Parts: sequence; structure tokens; C-alpha cells
Amino acid sequence: MLREKYANEIDALLARFPHKKSAVLHLMHLAQNEYGYMSEAAMREVADIVDLDPTHVLSLAGFYSLFYEEPTGRYVLEICNDLACALRGADEFVEMASRKLDIPVEGTTNDGMFTLKTVMCLGGCDRAPMLQCNLKFYENLDEAKFEALIGELRVRAVEAGNAEPSVVERIIGYATVPESAAPASAKKAPRKRKGS
Amino acid sequence: MAHILFRHRDIPDLHKLEVYLANGGYEGLKKALSMTPAEVIDVVKASNLRGRGGAGFPTGLKWSFIPKGAPETYVLINTDESETGTFKDRELMERNPHQIIEGALIAAYAVNSHLVFNYIRGEYMDASYAFEEALRECRTAGIVGKNIMGSDFSVEFYTHYGAGAYICGEETALIESLAGNLGQPWSKPPFPAVEGLYKKPTVVNNTETLANVPGILVNGPDWFKMMGTPDSPGMKIVCISGHVEKPGNYEVPLGTTYRQLVDMAGGIRGGKKFKAILPSGGSGPIITEEALDAACSYDGLTPFRSVMGSASVIVMDETIDMVWAALKMIHFFRHESCGKCTPCREGTFWMERVLHRIYHGHGTEADIKLLESVADNMTGKCLCALGEFATSPVLSSIRHFLPEYKAKVAAGSNGRVAQRAVAAAAAD
Repeated sequence: MLREKYANEIDALLARFPHKKSAVLHLMHLAQNEYGYMSEAAMREVADIVDLDPTHVLSLAGFYSLFYEEPTGRYVLEICNDLACALRGADEFVEMASRKLDIPVEGTTNDGMFTLKTVMCLGGCDRAPMLQCNLKFYENLDEAKFEALIGELRVRAVEAGNAEPSVVERIIGYATVPESAAPASAKKAPRKRKGS
Repeated sequence: MAHILFRHRDIPDLHKLEVYLANGGYEGLKKALSMTPAEVIDVVKASNLRGRGGAGFPTGLKWSFIPKGAPETYVLINTDESETGTFKDRELMERNPHQIIEGALIAAYAVNSHLVFNYIRGEYMDASYAFEEALRECRTAGIVGKNIMGSDFSVEFYTHYGAGAYICGEETALIESLAGNLGQPWSKPPFPAVEGLYKKPTVVNNTETLANVPGILVNGPDWFKMMGTPDSPGMKIVCISGHVEKPGNYEVPLGTTYRQLVDMAGGIRGGKKFKAILPSGGSGPIITEEALDAACSYDGLTPFRSVMGSASVIVMDETIDMVWAALKMIHFFRHESCGKCTPCREGTFWMERVLHRIYHGHGTEADIKLLESVADNMTGKCLCALGEFATSPVLSSIRHFLPEYKAKVAAGSNGRVAQRAVAAAAAD
């Protein structure tokens, strides 16, 4: 359960906001990172932490494109083929990726390793073709680099097993101010706002 | 010329607090803290700094709308940067994060806010590493937190991550998203300065806008106005992408011409001929050769019925099929329409369908008129600017490149006549 596994981080997150509902997107990122997608159980768990109706979390999962409502492959390869990237060969790059992985866009490889998606602008237009894989950017790609990346990810999956570090975990780590580093006054600050 | 915003290009390791401090960092904040909030607002007003996210609203004026003495106010940094072709705030955040933090702290002091959030698009979670580190350094050094820099002003500062929604760059949608709701805009009024986050007065500023503020405090408004043009003072980061030799971010004085920008980026790739520019990502009308000598400034493109916007310059060469480009853009807006208001939700859907059939040779002459008619039913009738933006690449491409649309339609009808002839022959 997230509440137990990330107790300190979740407490710190909730303390950031005057209303804890604001923490919902953070918690959804965390839940997806943990369970791979926004399963019904994951949504109920998030809803429970922030006292929301689970249907509200469901509506958020549908609205925001980074949340997946169906299980995905271990690595979700999201290629931007928006106009700026397409001018630099992104559409052809998507076709190539689809051929190499032998799956259509939105498909997942049989071994459950890769899901291929196309997405809207990621802010890497000057380094197209580019993609985002589990929230990490890979840029200035071509066929050879794509093949190398696929190979590298396959190796990583075996070596790291279930202990692969993720971008979401690293970000959530910043929620807590390190005890040793924070001056005593700063630690109390989040709660004390009104009229201070 | 030395950079004002991209100072990291002149100073290595500027993302580190010690380096930033050694290079005049947080002097602007120190100066602000020695003044009254009203004086800080006056300085920013006098500089005529205008919003860099696209709308160009005067920053000082925006701050002055926050009611004096409001017990709870918020400052939100808009790093949702999702416009097609925009990647400027990402570089600022990755390489010069302290300048954003400093600008936001000055804003917080000016409007008496004790809580700042940087709303960062979820896709930038990895890119925000340096920003998170910078924030952590600031907490440790007492630049963020209680009694910042030894003053009696306290402010907390956090990051917040979106989860993939272009519309959250619209300030009221951003506020809704931060509150834990669907990122859907509301119809203004109420304006965020009166009723924003948690119904409290709220300032929302673009990341690049805030990065301008420390310099203005240190060097004064006159220094700032020496750069750029009288109506558009200061420097601007222009994101150049598409068919140029050297795509990337370029920091230039406002007023630089589009021709200069294309040249700066190494000219058109592969010696091809220039065809068109989307000057504001997808959100502004297309411009052509005739506008190349216009200034990249808040009003420079007015005679050419376009806008600078966030200055995301997407360059297209002669090989580009403009119906294809328009289809790409309307596909983006259809995907990103938040669905709250009918004109935008339905309009973008139908415009994509109609453009799709024109592009694939199934359209008719009447479809071109239909596109204009749908656009007309969106213009001025949507809740927020997205609906308006969505029509502009399509309408402007029809305006400039009508023969290309007609050729598509004609080719399609020729194809259909041929198909019917083949079918008739087969039936015989």
C-alpha cells in the first residue's frame, strides 16, 4: 500500500497544500509508478488518502494523458509526432519504431516489455525525433539509436528486476526536506502561513 | 551580447547556488526586501515587462490587481509549457533555476504571498531535476522558508506536477488543476487576482516572465527598457524549430525580425526555399515571406494578422503541404480541447474531420467553406483562448494557400470520377 510504503513522502506532500485534494495528481503519479497503471484499486487507494470520491480520481485519470487506464508494457515509448517533430521526420520514426517492435501504435509487445504511443508536443522540438520513456526523454534519435535504446532497456529490465529507479520516485523524494539540512525554522514553515 | 535570461550560457554551473550567488544572484531579492511591496510593483510597472507566455499582459499591473491587505494570496509559476514548438522554460529550469526562484520570490513579496507553487508539466519531471535541487539549496540557505534572507518575510515554495494537459497552461485551468480538479478553464470574471486558487487572490506568471524580474530590480527599469522596442522592452527567448539548420532556443531583443531569426538558426535546412512560419506554435496564424521582415514583438505581426505569442517559431520549407500542416495542428487542438465548452469541443472535432477528408482527397469545394463556417462559430464563442487558437492555423493556411486546398479537392474529385468509371466498366 502506498500509504505505508511512502508514509513520510505522502505526509510531506499533504502538508504542502492548504487543501489536501491538491495532492491528488502527485499521488496518482505515485500510484501509477507503483502499479503500472491506474487500476481501479489504485484509484480507490488514492481517493482514500485525499478523501475524494473514487469517481473523481477516475475522471482525472481520463482527463490527463500521462495516466494509463489499461495495463501497459514495462516501458511506455511515447513518441512526439506533433507538427514541429514531424517536420524533422517523427512520422517516419514512428513507422520505423512500430516495424522494429512489430506492434502497432497503442500496441504492447508480447513479452510485455514495450508499449508504443504517439503523443503531443513534449518540448523537445529542437532535438526531434524524440520520445519519452517512463517520463525520461531520449532525443536526437534515429533508427540506430532507437535500436540501441531498445536493447539497453531490455538489459536494464533483467538487471534491475523490480528495483529500477524511476523519475517519479526521485521527484517524490524531494517532497521531504532533509532533516539534517533544514534549519529548525524552515521545518515548521509549511503549516504556518495565515497572517505570518 | 551577454545573455540576460540564458546567463548559464555565459556562466558555467549557474544552476548551483554558490555560483549563482557569486554572480550577483539574489541581489534583486535583497533589493526588493529593502523596499515596500508597492515600490517593487512600481519598479516592475515602470519597466513595462509584459507576460512572456503569449498574452503579453503587463506584469506589474497584474501584480497591482491583488487586493492590498488580503490575508492569503498565492503566486503560481506557469511552467506548463505545452505549446507545440515551445521549449524555452525547460532550458531555463534545467540550467538557470535560481533566476526563476528569485523572480518568483520577488513577486511573492510584492503581493504579500507566503506560498509559491511552480506548476510544471508532468512530462518535465525529469527536466526539473536542477530546479528541485535549487529549491532544496534555497531552503537550506534560508532563501526560502521562514524569515528569508534575514528579513521578516516568510515564504514557502513548492513544485507541483501536471499530468499531461495542454490546457493547464491557461491560468484558470492551471488553478483548477492545482486544486485537484480537471484542468478546465472558467469564464472570467472572476479574475484570478480576485478569486484564484482556493478562491483567494492569485498571481499566475510565466516562468520566463519571472526570470526577467531580478535584473529589473538590480539594474532598474531604464536598463530593461534599453533592450527591445518601446512597446516590447526586454529580451525574449525564441524557440526555433522545424526546417532550419540549427533549431534551438535563441535569446534576442524583442523587435528582432523573423528573417534574422531564421538566419540565426542557420537558414533553411538543405538549401531549400522558405515557405511559411507558425510564429506562435500552433496558436497563431501562419505567416509567409511578406512578413519575414516584421519584428518579433507584441505588435510586430499585427499588420500581418498574426501574433508573436510565446515566440515558438516553427519554420517550414517549400516541400511542406500546408493542408497536412493544418491537419497536424487541428489534430493537436482536438486532442487538447478540454471538452468543457461546446464550440471548442465540437468545433475542433469537426474541423479535424473535414480537414482529414480534404487531405485524403475526399473533400469538396464546399468543405473549404465549411471549415470557415465552423471556425466562425468558434471565434469569440469559446470559454478560453484555446478554441480561438485552434481555428487560426486552419483559417490562415486557407487565406495564404487556398490553391493548395483547391488542388486537393480537385485531385480528389478527379479520383472519384476515375473510380466511378472503373466501377462502371467493371459492372459492364
